[in-house]
Amino acid sequence: MLTRNRLLAGAAALVALSLAGPAAAQAPIKIGELNSYKVFPAFLEPYKKGIELAVEEVNAAGGVLGRKIEVVSRDDNGNPGDAVRVAEELLSREGASFLIGTFPSNVGLAVADFAKQRKVLFIAAEPLTDKIVWDQGNAYTFRLRTSTYMQTAMLIPDAVKLKKKRWAIVYPNYEYGQSATAAFKKLLKEKQPDVEFVAEQATPLGKIDAGAVAQALADAKPDAIFSSLFGPDLAKFVREGQTRGLFKGVEVFNLLAGEPEYLDPLKEESPDGWYVTGYPWSELKTPEHTKFLNAYQAKFKDYPRLGSVVGYATVMSAVEGIKKAGSLDQDKLVAAMSGLKLITPFGMIEYRPIDHQSTMGAYVGQIGVKDGKGYMKNWRFVDGKDALPSDADVQKMRPKN
Amino acid sequence: MSRAVLQVEGLHKSFGGVQAVADVSFAISAGEMLALIGPNGAGKSTCFNMLNGQLAPDSGIVRLEGRDIVGLRPRAIWRLGVGRTFQITATFASLSVRENVQMALYSHAGRLRSLLSRFGAAFGGEADALLDQVGMLDQAERTCGVLAYGDLKRVELAIALANEPRLLLMDEPTAGMAPKERVALMELTARLARARNIAVLFTEHDMDVVFSQADRIIVLDRGVLIAGGTPPEVRANPNVRAVYLGSAH
Amino acid sequence: MTLASIIIQLLNGLAAAASLFLVSAGLSLIFGVTRIVNFAHGSLYMLGLYGAYSLIQFFGRTPLGFWGAVVLAALAVGLVGILIEVLVLRRIYRAPELFQLLATFAVVLVIKDIALFTWGAEDLVGPRAPGLSMAVEIMGRRIPAYDLVLIAIGPVVLGALWLLLTRTRWGALVRAATQDREMVGALGVDQARLFTSVFFVGSVLAGLGGALQIPREPANLELDLAIIADAFVITVVGGLGSIGGAFLAAIVIGVAKAFCVGIGSVTWFGFEVSFSKLTLVVEFLIMALVLVVRPYGLLGKPQAAQRAAEPAPRLQVPSWTFALVWLALLALVPLAADRYTTILLTDIVCFALFAVSLHFIMGPAGMVSFGHAAYFGIGAYAAGLLLKRFGLPMEAALLLAPLIAGLFAIVYGWFCVRLSGVYLAMLTLAFAQISWSVVFQWDSMTGGSNGVFGVWPSAWLSDKTAYYYLALVLCGAGILFLWRVLFSPFGYALRAGRDSPLRAEAIGIDLRGFQWAAFALVGALAGLAGAVYAFSKGSISPSSISIAQSTDGLIMVLLGGVETLTGPVVGAAIFTWLRDVVARNTEFWRAVMGGVILLIVLLFPQGLVGGLKALVVRWREQRA
Repeated sequence: MLTRNRLLAGAAALVALSLAGPAAAQAPIKIGELNSYKVFPAFLEPYKKGIELAVEEVNAAGGVLGRKIEVVSRDDNGNPGDAVRVAEELLSREGASFLIGTFPSNVGLAVADFAKQRKVLFIAAEPLTDKIVWDQGNAYTFRLRTSTYMQTAMLIPDAVKLKKKRWAIVYPNYEYGQSATAAFKKLLKEKQPDVEFVAEQATPLGKIDAGAVAQALADAKPDAIFSSLFGPDLAKFVREGQTRGLFKGVEVFNLLAGEPEYLDPLKEESPDGWYVTGYPWSELKTPEHTKFLNAYQAKFKDYPRLGSVVGYATVMSAVEGIKKAGSLDQDKLVAAMSGLKLITPFGMIEYRPIDHQSTMGAYVGQIGVKDGKGYMKNWRFVDGKDALPSDADVQKMRPKN
Repeated sequence: MSRAVLQVEGLHKSFGGVQAVADVSFAISAGEMLALIGPNGAGKSTCFNMLNGQLAPDSGIVRLEGRDIVGLRPRAIWRLGVGRTFQITATFASLSVRENVQMALYSHAGRLRSLLSRFGAAFGGEADALLDQVGMLDQAERTCGVLAYGDLKRVELAIALANEPRLLLMDEPTAGMAPKERVALMELTARLARARNIAVLFTEHDMDVVFSQADRIIVLDRGVLIAGGTPPEVRANPNVRAVYLGSAH
Repeated sequence: MTLASIIIQLLNGLAAAASLFLVSAGLSLIFGVTRIVNFAHGSLYMLGLYGAYSLIQFFGRTPLGFWGAVVLAALAVGLVGILIEVLVLRRIYRAPELFQLLATFAVVLVIKDIALFTWGAEDLVGPRAPGLSMAVEIMGRRIPAYDLVLIAIGPVVLGALWLLLTRTRWGALVRAATQDREMVGALGVDQARLFTSVFFVGSVLAGLGGALQIPREPANLELDLAIIADAFVITVVGGLGSIGGAFLAAIVIGVAKAFCVGIGSVTWFGFEVSFSKLTLVVEFLIMALVLVVRPYGLLGKPQAAQRAAEPAPRLQVPSWTFALVWLALLALVPLAADRYTTILLTDIVCFALFAVSLHFIMGPAGMVSFGHAAYFGIGAYAAGLLLKRFGLPMEAALLLAPLIAGLFAIVYGWFCVRLSGVYLAMLTLAFAQISWSVVFQWDSMTGGSNGVFGVWPSAWLSDKTAYYYLALVLCGAGILFLWRVLFSPFGYALRAGRDSPLRAEAIGIDLRGFQWAAFALVGALAGLAGAVYAFSKGSISPSSISIAQSTDGLIMVLLGGVETLTGPVVGAAIFTWLRDVVARNTEFWRAVMGGVILLIVLLFPQGLVGGLKALVVRWREQRA
């Protein structure tokens, strides 16, 4: 059965190629990319560079299916309505073969739903929301980035080890922060049933009242704090908390805070000893990362941020998907993406057939300060596949079909 | 004299302890021109605004054809047959002269709530007739926003006549007009009032206008009525001469 | 909360209030004198932060370097304010009311990209204030010494402003102009210089408010819009033009926020109430409450009756043949153009109805709405939720959604028609933000920050061309209906009421009743636009109720021209099309967009349609 299908597919591809003629074979394969460039520039500028690097490398190596690739980018304004329109423009006017990109959860989910309706492949690059592969998952959508749940789960072993009883929580008040908080509470409670959550602060994204929040958390006298703040909110929280002595004798866990995008601005105030997920780019010695790092620094005279890795790996996923499918037919692309394995700067990843989540891992460690700059110490790499719930749980969450 | 159209008894109003109007009583009959005069700050405007519903009196009775109108909103008082003109003209600047009058006619007929019919289809003839009476028919198509001040006053008069009022309240009707225009406007008003048997209460600064056009005059000083009667009687009243004419001239 | 934490949170609130007060005082001054709704005020605040950051790098981290940088940054921002006033705003003071808002919106876009170009995308965390980096112990709790300095700076600036306004000739002029703008012109004062100087002082205050935040807030590109809404709220809650009111309002709002955080989560009768989540919307709740009780803010006075500089022009009856020809042409587009054109046109058609409904209320009915997205978004959500949560067929959801939006408009409108001018506009914004926050938080019903997905039309409409025709018919009918109503007795009564509320009342028109009905009507039609939009996208998110969506509507109306009927339609088309074209370039599209809008503003101060009409008239006169 399988072999016959493969044969048929191969034959179809050949026919398609011969029909299309040499001119079409020369034209580049267009990949439609959309993102909220102007809303999250700190993350997405490096991301764009990662994309450019990947495109350059792929084309230098002769492209894919004998054609060069071209990534056509659009700004979605951080607005799902605009994103759906831009996605349509990429497909129908630009002739993009499929879609990649997006950052905020609501935009990612809207484009995922659009992809399902339009029956076209979508590789979500950065949205962290668990829903995109679980509750709202669909056949056409795949997600690269280590999700909120996974990153939270990666921090749990350290949290359990500390045996702290009173936890306070602070999170940006939208999908990402809410899911991170829910996942953390659930996972920690499972491992440590006597845990107590003594305070919970939901702060408006980008508008945290850091002094008041730090004071309110301190009033609850926690042993430890779990935070999912990032960007300016994180910087404000760190400074106010330090000035007010909130972190004295208190362990702090903070998702994403080890990512250069959010750690570097903190400079000498980087909070020593915080447990974080992130990207210790200068200390990674694996061959795949070294190769990426050298190429990136040679091209941009700058060091990569996590966004760079995400942009790079997204394009590489797309290219490997095309290569494996041997065609630009949507059903074949989707079939090829499912179970696709490729090497990224973070090592081998697989897009899991069960939920289309990639097993891209993340680095977990603690923040240290050296020469007036923050860095990650005591870090270890956690493979994404070890931070996911059981298959049975995933199947329960993900709708059939 | 016929039965009173407007009857005012014992009107009181004070603002924060300052008595603005105290125990004012008077009446107007149909077809009568009654002038309310007094020096600045005498309480004329306060008095006026209690009659037209913009201010509520502290105490007192205001009867329109026997009906108590204290506490009614201006638009309800209008519905009972009271037309008004304002010291600073108030017309609809973006509408044409005819439309201004038609607006009052539509409102009077209770036909403004229609969403789909075309405004202006009805009452064209009636509006033109009113404009003709005030001498504005030739400017019916012009936008009110571009009219000369004196013409706006005439438009206001036409609007005020649209609901076939029993009483006209005119606050400084000739303010801002040239002296010649003033007499002409008030002559027109007097003519229309008599022809239609409308009672007119007006305040006025121009004494020539007052003494030539009013049938009767009442004089307010520091919130109190100090005199009332025909123009010759008021002119002869020593109180008036003392507090008012003496200082005004 | 213990007594100690109450006191500390009070101090936190007061410290947060300091910068809010400075920014709002500047906004209040500028608005009071020039009547300009200055969107760019938040950008000036942002520039204050960036400027101070760079200057401190340059001067070094000494007390003198720090305070020198703060003061210099504020003065530099004042110069930027002068630049904006002289180069842009001075040229359009005679334009219709609110048109300047369009220009300042363009300035926001340009400044944002200039900041991105100059300082880069990464957040810049400034240093702590030298000599004030420690904490002070109060009742066993530590509070940053710098916060205590900020708490003192607020009253000092208030006092300085008070002296400036009451003891100088300039101050007397500013107060007079705030009360009655024409009066000052009549007194022979050089209005241009007065405006420029007021802009300078207002901008300095915004810049100072920003620069002082350096130890508390990383310089980043989102600051402009983050502060502007708060500044408007404080200005209005305090009472327009009242500096003391702004001070009071800043404290009320700063402290209220701190207490929402301080109280945290409370369990009442078994329900958990999270006050910390209230921080999303608390300032708007306060504003709504204040405006309902005090229609002119805490310390504001009713404004002197505005003698309209120039009365609104007569509206021209639309030519129905013209409209039908356009509809027919639009119906032919899918035959000739590609799929994407059809999709873009579907967006444009939805926004056109949205803009026309906003124009109806802000133009002829004379009630400016800053929160029109409320009805667009409620219509969209109603459509989506009726389909997904209540299992109604798509067609029924589409038809019921406008009614639900209309119902909300009836409720909100009842409060709004009791106010006027900017107070009314800000109350509409408050209701929009309250709706937004409910949608944003009510996960189980609205899907929270993610929104609702899978809102696709029925099979017979799933083809994009078919859906375009549906949108064209529904939105086109909506637009023609609203235009028709404008020329009905009802529409005339609204226009009459806008021209002279006094006269309207004096001829028996229940103006509030008419305005209330108008609110419901445009709410329902904006809801229709939202519902059609929702099904064209397949998903709805809170951004459809956001301030950005409301602002888009205002931009469309003003861009096309508020004084013509077709203006909003043209504005919607141009704005949507521009954004589509310009956003292809992901680098600096905002600056390009801002530049184009500025160009339009300066060339056509009547809006595009108004300007083009004037051109045609002039051309005909020349030929005659």
